[in-house]
Amino acid sequence: MIAGLAFYVFAAILIACATMVVTSRNPVHSVLYLILAFFNAAGLFLLAGAEFLAMILVIVYVGAVAVLFLFVVMMLDIDFTKLREGFQRYAPFGAIIGGILFLELVMVLGSWRFSGDAAELRLSPAPAGITNTEALGRILYTDYVFLFQIAGLILLVAMMGAIVLTLRERTGTKRQSIPDQLAREGKVEVLNIPGGQGIRSLGILRRLPKAEPAPKKVAHHGHDDDHHGGGHH
Amino acid sequence: MSASLLGEYFPILVFIGIAAGIAIAMVAGALLLARQKPDAEKLSTYECGFEPFEDTRHRFDVRFYLVAILFIIFDLEVAFLFPWAITLGDIGWLGFGSMMAFLGVLTVGFIYEWRKGALDWE
Repeated sequence: MIAGLAFYVFAAILIACATMVVTSRNPVHSVLYLILAFFNAAGLFLLAGAEFLAMILVIVYVGAVAVLFLFVVMMLDIDFTKLREGFQRYAPFGAIIGGILFLELVMVLGSWRFSGDAAELRLSPAPAGITNTEALGRILYTDYVFLFQIAGLILLVAMMGAIVLTLRERTGTKRQSIPDQLAREGKVEVLNIPGGQGIRSLGILRRLPKAEPAPKKVAHHGHDDDHHGGGHH
Repeated sequence: MSASLLGEYFPILVFIGIAAGIAIAMVAGALLLARQKPDAEKLSTYECGFEPFEDTRHRFDVRFYLVAILFIIFDLEVAFLFPWAITLGDIGWLGFGSMMAFLGVLTVGFIYEWRKGALDWE
C-alpha cells in the first residue's frame, strides 16, 4: 500500500517536473527541475525492483549529466528577449512539427501489442534469492561479453571525439614541463654551508634589493564618478 | 517488486518525507508569518553603489565542458565495475578477462588524453 502510494507520488512529481523543464523561462531552472525529475525516476525504478538502475541513475545522471547540461546552458549565452522575439513568426511551424510528431507517436502506440510473456517477465525482474545488482553481474560479463566490449569501445570513441572536438592548443601560455625541469643541469648547485656562519664565508654576497618601482596608478574601469570610498565590489 | 527490497528502503522514504515536511514548513511559515512587501529592487543584483556592468551569465570556457565529458565517461566505467565486483567469485576467468579488456580499452583512451594534454590546465 505504501509502495502504491509512493508510486503515485513519484510519478506525479516526475510529470510535474518534466512539464516545468519544458515550460520554465530560465534554462538553469529547467536543469534543476530535470535533476528533480531524475531523482523521481530513480524512485520509480526502485519501486519496479531495478535497484542497480536506480542508483546508477542517481550517480551518472544527477552527478554527471546534469552538470554537463548546466555547463551547456551556461555556454549557450542566450539573450532571452532575443529568444522570444520570433515566437509569433515561428509558432505555426512549431505547431505543425509538434503535430506530426504527435501523430507518429499515436500511430506507434496504437499498433502496440504486448508479447505473451510480458506479464510474467515484468513480475520477476530478478532471480529469487540474489540482488538485482548480482543478477546483472552474473550475465553482463560472460553471456553478453561482446556487448560489454562494444560499450567499452563506444566510451573510447566518445572520449576521443570529445578531445578532438574541444581541445585546441593555445599559444603563448606557460606550462610546466616536469621532465625538463628535473633534467636541467648547471643551474642548481648544492653547497655545504658550515653551521652558524652564513653564506658570506663561502664568498657568496647577497645582492642588495633593487629600488622598488613606483606603484602604478591603478585605472578604474570607468564609473569613477559613482565610486564612493574604498569599498570595491 | 520484492517486498524485502522495498522494506530496506523504507527508512529512506521516511527521511524524504521528513525533509519535504521541514522544507514545506519553512517556506510556508515564511509566506504566512512574515510581512510581504514585494519590490522589483529587491530582486535586482546588488553591486555597491553602481549599476551592474553586464549579465551575470557568462560564456564558459569550453575546457570545463571537456572535463565534464571525460568525467562522465570514467563515471560510466566505474558504474560497470560495481556488479562485476559483487559477482567476481561466480563469473570466473571469462568475466575477469572481459573486464580487464574493457579497462584496457579505456586505459588506451586515458593514455591518449593524457598525452594530448587534455588533462592539463594551462
